[in-house]
Amino acid sequence: MGVALVLALVVAPEDADQGISQRIFYIHVPIALTAYFCFGLGAFKALLLLWRGEERYDLESYVAIHQGTIFGALTLITGAIWAKASWGVWWTWSSNQLVLFLVLFLFYCAYFMLRFSLEDGPRRARSSAVYALFGVALIPVSFLAIRLAEDFIHPTVFTREGPQMTGTMFATFMVAWAAVTMLAYTLYRVELAGKRLDADLRELREVLQ
Amino acid sequence: MSWSQEELVAAAYAVVFVFVLVYVAIIAAKLARLQRETAELVELARAKPRAGA
Repeated sequence: MGVALVLALVVAPEDADQGISQRIFYIHVPIALTAYFCFGLGAFKALLLLWRGEERYDLESYVAIHQGTIFGALTLITGAIWAKASWGVWWTWSSNQLVLFLVLFLFYCAYFMLRFSLEDGPRRARSSAVYALFGVALIPVSFLAIRLAEDFIHPTVFTREGPQMTGTMFATFMVAWAAVTMLAYTLYRVELAGKRLDADLRELREVLQ
Repeated sequence: MSWSQEELVAAAYAVVFVFVLVYVAIIAAKLARLQRETAELVELARAKPRAGA
């Protein structure tokens, strides 16, 4: 993460069009990709729960979606700051990709409302899994909207001809992406271990009392 | 209020840093609670008479 920060803020050359504000790209895009990945992982774990019926997938799906929501919130905040720096607006409702990402984010925020409105048990696990699977349809729509819209907010930098940036910029982006992915994976493992330990302790208390 | 580009870049990175910091603080608080609960359960287990003793 430290190497990524140094590369993004010091080593990477300044963009000719956007100037210094382009440096937000190195944090905003990896975070957005990680949010998509976490939502996708949550849906995949939900599918495994419905398919195999193993209880552990419920917690794994929940934690992945929780991570996705955190990274989704960061995507919206860093994106708004980048928009303000480059184009002078915090938000625009006329841009489909922004609105679609917000819809995806709010959809998964509602997942928690559904989950915590039901009593703990197999019914809650199944209902949450079905909801998580519905949400996964929004991920390619949101992702492709960025490529299809081709407006000024999200210029496409990864084309069939390769990345439209210098080698240093691309290397910085890859290091930042790896760092954010490793951060997300670590947070996922720590949160999952904490939740499992919590459940085990609750069970142990019931046995002892 | 007008923001300079440098301030906005710093704000974007600071927001991420603060989010991660808060998240780690929450996890640390949770781990401390789990540690306390584990200690309580150990005490409870020790206080219980063993079966057959």
